Amino acid sequence: MNLLNVFEQINTVDPEFSDRISPRREAIKNLASMTGKVTLAALPFFVSELFKKAYGATAPTDVNGVLNYALTLEYLEAEYYTMGVSKAGLIPSGRPLGAITTIRDHEVAHVKFLKQVLGNKAVAKPTFDFTAGGTFANVFSDYDTFLAVAQAFEDTGVRAYKGQAGILLGNRVVLTAALQIHSVEARHASHIRQMRRARGGGAANQKPWITGANDTGIGAVVNPIYAGEDNVKQAGVDITSLNGSMGKISTGAATQSFDEPLSAEAVLNIAGLFIKA
Amino acid sequence: MEKITPHNEALPTNDSAIDKKDLRRRDFLKFAGASAASLAILGLSSCSKDDDDGMDHGGKGLYFGSGDIAILNYAYALEQLEAAFYIQLVNNPYSGMTDMEKAFFTDIRDHEIAHREFFKVALGAKAISSLELNLSGINFSSRENVLATAKTFEDLGVSAYNGAGWLIKDPNYLLLAGKIVSVEARHAAWVRDMIDNGSFANMEVVDSNGLDVAKSPTVVLSAAAPFIKSKIDVSDLPTY
Repeated sequence: MNLLNVFEQINTVDPEFSDRISPRREAIKNLASMTGKVTLAALPFFVSELFKKAYGATAPTDVNGVLNYALTLEYLEAEYYTMGVSKAGLIPSGRPLGAITTIRDHEVAHVKFLKQVLGNKAVAKPTFDFTAGGTFANVFSDYDTFLAVAQAFEDTGVRAYKGQAGILLGNRVVLTAALQIHSVEARHASHIRQMRRARGGGAANQKPWITGANDTGIGAVVNPIYAGEDNVKQAGVDITSLNGSMGKISTGAATQSFDEPLSAEAVLNIAGLFIKA
Repeated sequence: MEKITPHNEALPTNDSAIDKKDLRRRDFLKFAGASAASLAILGLSSCSKDDDDGMDHGGKGLYFGSGDIAILNYAYALEQLEAAFYIQLVNNPYSGMTDMEKAFFTDIRDHEIAHREFFKVALGAKAISSLELNLSGINFSSRENVLATAKTFEDLGVSAYNGAGWLIKDPNYLLLAGKIVSVEARHAAWVRDMIDNGSFANMEVVDSNGLDVAKSPTVVLSAAAPFIKSKIDVSDLPTY
């Protein structure tokens, strides 16, 4: 991993980069002393936020735009799990391999379904690089890294679909299908989170639902994926002001009980790091 | 509830007179023929109402309202049911409940209470009152029965939000539904894994296109009917 080169490149694209990341500089410095593979592996999610101008990703504005946006994410997930499942020795046989295979099958089905709906309007599959230019060298050789990236993809997917629902307002066929994919991604996210919890270590306290902004145990590097998940206000109502079982609803429960959307721009920045061309 | 009688209104004289509501009634009649018994419990009255003024609802049960308000009350009703179930579950843990199960069931209880209270506040004066529920058929001392019921409720909740999404007119309400449904799906997956690890998204709920279940409000309410004692008036609830 050549982090300094990455920063050089970003500075070229975005001269104000250094000023803006100062709060995060500590996190980057700390990385040097960390040995956890997961932390290193997840770094691209942090860096990718900064590639905004380099990638110039545009948010969808119509139904086909949303479908192609969804298709791009599904291509990413389908290929990721396909490669993971086919890598001998990566995923323990038995239930873990069974679960990842189930998820792979769904993502492959999503790709097929969206391509069918879009017909000749479907975008082509990009060329992915899950090592993100070598940074992720162990993604298909280290099981914990593989699961951490999978969780990041699933939680991102849930947020991504939610963020585009408004464009599909009232569309019986497309909105319903999008919601049907969206809840499957949430089921995946729930299960992957349980798989990580079972692995223990930094993921030992993982829950199937998201608590606050970044509960992954991975570190601040994945903050962009969970930014805003700590929201406790819904439609002007502060959930922590409502009566719970005993006393008010806790902040943790308030954040868990509502998943938040993520803008297309933020999602494309996250996905963009894994897209070679 | 008045008796379900054949639809004897005069046929509309032109296409524009066939409003959505008439179409809904016709679908409803078809459905009612198949399961009149369960609908009687709900006190559904759409097929017997001749007035469309939205005013005469006295004595027909808790009125959900129309349009988006009705859909929010529909969600509020389901969240009331889920919250009541998990409150009772946490208060009466089955023997052998693990620490993790206890912790996660408590989390889920709090999520459902948060949803319930949110809808109540958001709906304000338009909120239906608290439903009288019937959970007597659930054996809370049986892990198997509790998990099976939780699975039913969570999968039903997911299918309800998925199926009602396109009926929502206000994008803000749609987003709220989206924020809640994925949490219900996270619950559903966990509960299913507690029953059988790996069944989080099996073929019972995900089809060959990789799509989760979506159900119309009418179908969902019919499934929830055995648990709802209060008479409800969903005559103006958008459905299909």
